[in-house]
Amino acid sequence: MEVQEHKFKVIGTRPIRHDGVDKVTGRAKYGADISLPGMLHGRVLRSPHAHARIKSIDTSAALALPGVKAVLTSEDFPKLAAGVVAMGELPMNPRYLSMNLMAQDKVLYDGHAVAAVAATSSHIAEEAVKLIKVEYELLPHVQNVLDAMKDNAPILLPELRTSGTPEKSDKETNIASQLRFARGDLEAGFKAAAVVVEHEFDTAMVHQGYIEPHNAVAQYNTDGQTTIWTSTQGAFTARDQCALALDIPASSIKVVPAEIGGGFGGKIGIYLEPLALLLSKKTGKPVKLIMSRADVLRATGPTSGSHIRVKMGANKAGKITAAQVWMAYEAGAFPGSPVGAGCMTALAPYDLENLQIDGFDVLVNKPKTAAYRAPGSTNAAMGTETVVDELAEKLGIDPLEFRRINGAKEGTAQPAGPKFPRIGFLETVEAIKNSPHYQSPQPKSGKGKLKGRGVASGFWFNAGFQSSATVNINTDGTASVVTGSTDIGGTRASCAMIAAEVLGLKAEEVHPVVADTESIGHTDMTGGSRVTFATGYAVYEAAQDAVNQLKQRAATLWKAKPEEVVYQDGAVSRTTNGNESMTLKELAGKLPRAGGPVAGRASVNPRGVGPAFATHVVDVEVDPETGKVEILRYTATQDVGKAVHPSYVEGQMQGAVAQGVGWALNEEYFYDEKGTLRNAGFLDYRMPTCLDLPMIETILVEVPNPGHPIGVRGVGEVPIIPPPAAIANAIYRAVGVRMTELPMSPPRLCKAIAEKSAKK
Amino acid sequence: MANKVHVETTLNGEAVEFLCEPRQSLLEVLRDVLGFTGTKEGCLTGDCGACSVILDGRISCSCLVLGVEAQGKNIQTVEGLAQADKLHPLQQKFLEHAALQCGICTPGFLVAAKALLDRNPNPTEHEVRYGLAGNLCRCTGYDKIVRAVLDAAAVMQGR
Ligand code: FES
Ligand code: FES
Repeated sequence: MEVQEHKFKVIGTRPIRHDGVDKVTGRAKYGADISLPGMLHGRVLRSPHAHARIKSIDTSAALALPGVKAVLTSEDFPKLAAGVVAMGELPMNPRYLSMNLMAQDKVLYDGHAVAAVAATSSHIAEEAVKLIKVEYELLPHVQNVLDAMKDNAPILLPELRTSGTPEKSDKETNIASQLRFARGDLEAGFKAAAVVVEHEFDTAMVHQGYIEPHNAVAQYNTDGQTTIWTSTQGAFTARDQCALALDIPASSIKVVPAEIGGGFGGKIGIYLEPLALLLSKKTGKPVKLIMSRADVLRATGPTSGSHIRVKMGANKAGKITAAQVWMAYEAGAFPGSPVGAGCMTALAPYDLENLQIDGFDVLVNKPKTAAYRAPGSTNAAMGTETVVDELAEKLGIDPLEFRRINGAKEGTAQPAGPKFPRIGFLETVEAIKNSPHYQSPQPKSGKGKLKGRGVASGFWFNAGFQSSATVNINTDGTASVVTGSTDIGGTRASCAMIAAEVLGLKAEEVHPVVADTESIGHTDMTGGSRVTFATGYAVYEAAQDAVNQLKQRAATLWKAKPEEVVYQDGAVSRTTNGNESMTLKELAGKLPRAGGPVAGRASVNPRGVGPAFATHVVDVEVDPETGKVEILRYTATQDVGKAVHPSYVEGQMQGAVAQGVGWALNEEYFYDEKGTLRNAGFLDYRMPTCLDLPMIETILVEVPNPGHPIGVRGVGEVPIIPPPAAIANAIYRAVGVRMTELPMSPPRLCKAIAEKSAKK
Repeated sequence: MANKVHVETTLNGEAVEFLCEPRQSLLEVLRDVLGFTGTKEGCLTGDCGACSVILDGRISCSCLVLGVEAQGKNIQTVEGLAQADKLHPLQQKFLEHAALQCGICTPGFLVAAKALLDRNPNPTEHEVRYGLAGNLCRCTGYDKIVRAVLDAAAVMQGR
């Protein structure tokens, strides 16, 4: 496929996003803004215990409260058999899905839903949940991933058996699955090394931290049809999951995607939608559920904490000779940590002959983990990218040069086996090397102010998946683009720009629409950095389809053959038989006489996904007295393929860096000995504010993806991977300690500094 | 049914009256009673700034104010920023600088930035960051927000 970069007129410009005015005036409708006549308000009762058997639930007092219309427990859910069904390309276990939506015989984490209430006001619903009496029998709990792997650990799901083991075992376990990638001769590789570095790492569970809490409004109709309005990353995905959990046909549900206030992977799963549906069915009224911030932190998201061991060796020339990684990720209460992705991405920036990577997906009494921006990869990179830094340091090689020596290129085999197509990893290394930031003098430590600079890289596959799009030509010669991809960060604009490019229109002349599940073909979730790639692909094809139809219509008017008509720069013309031409505007007005309206359509499941690489550099200042780390300067570079709207690409990179800084320095789930989450609020789950960050410099490297008509690669996820490792490497340069725990919070850093000076 | 209180207040320059329960927050009144859903809810504990309004000239978290406390006060929300057919310079600059991604934090940031510029029309980058530190954004990394506010200040100063 040929990428004709030089010809772009709209791609690469920075128009104002089409949904912008709605969002700066407060008119955009997010899920919580939906209100229907007669609507009831719901609240969910959640377990205060990390692990307990539910002996009884008495809802009578709650039901007796004036204003309460219905109470829901697991009794109201169908009992589903265990087993895995494929949903799109994602495996889904309906039984676990249902057990997470509403606890059945056991609660498995602090925050696990136990019952729900619908009442005439949210205050009454809140009073009512307090009146529900639940009798619990406390069970021992386990929250540390290594403890959970032990033989005598408390078991969360008695039916669970480890998958992926060489031999089938019938033992009760918390290890849901294990996997291994290996090639070459590890032992020989380590023997050939001049330097070997080995460390163990612990990273804390962290949350996606979107500002908008989960929400859902459901209206059940007596004909069995339900409409659900919700802020979701995927309307179709939400519909299919609801259907699975409730054992009803997907076609009986229409999901209308509301605007969404951030997701980062955490709004792909469902939590409230089926509850709202069942409460609406019980009451005959629309029901709205909104989570509190505490509910969001206790019961949704987060991503896995992990324990990781990394051992790597390199020879004098700086070539990595062997790499061994072992990682155990917290799945939360049900299987499904991103350990597989962790294994596949950990060492992917490097060309390795000898490697072994082992991964374990381990249940613990914490919320079921959800995807979080390049899920699994940031944890892994904290281990591998700091060890790479130490190898380079010990060999006296510049860390960027070390990456140049070992870096993956087109044709390099990934740890999981497949060879990379055209990628731009080394281009990102080069871009950092030449950046004003890296070229500037190393930050100088002063009295009591210790400064250092660090770099790190990251890799993410990106996703393809299914998308549909329609491009309609309006009677005035403008167009609308309809897709099924909810817009979290500017994808309406990128889709409209792609259509505008093909149609020869201005970006402003194409109006993008995000449709509900009955108004557009199936479209998988907004995730995997896939929307501008895959939905953009569908839009490109749909626009081409519209162009072909326009040519046909013009041919009809001119009594010519469609092949004789050329479409260029928003006009049709024909060269044979005289020079006739018409603008799209003129043609649009004549369509009724030329065969009728033009609606281009396309559905795709593109395979030419373009992998993404990023390399970052950061300068930090450490206060050795308090352990506080300040980010002085930050530059992120990334192979973005082709930036359709560069401002929103930069925005993805800057936002991901900010999340990575939070992950590196502050954010963590803090459980007490009873297994209760102690920081379920934004005051104590401390995310970066604008005072914590400098401007974040970005460099867009464009190595077009040959698998996409415009060269697009996904951009959203990879930039969260390097920050923790880059900051750890900078801290090392500042204070001389290699941090092996996330977050590198003031107490941890103080402790590490004290241990180092004690050793002296 | 709890007794409702009659409250008279000024919202975006218009006299408004409403009935509310004593336990309802100003945020809840704005959104659920008056239908002004531009002001957002992110935490209800005063930690995210999504619910920011200007109350008698001061930036406030409307989730921490009771509806009944609005009696006789002057409230400005995001809905009051634009003039008929013209966006406020802050709104315009947020669009030009791509200072929003999901947009859920945007109303709060706009209102907080308005309060900041009302007080200090010529802020430095640090003063902008300090002035907006009560607002959380998880999408943008703040870079483009800070630039948009600085640029809006410049435009409003005729620079
Ligand atoms: S909702 Fe008021 S500060 Fe977060
Ligand atoms: S734009 Fe999403 S939270 Fe700020």
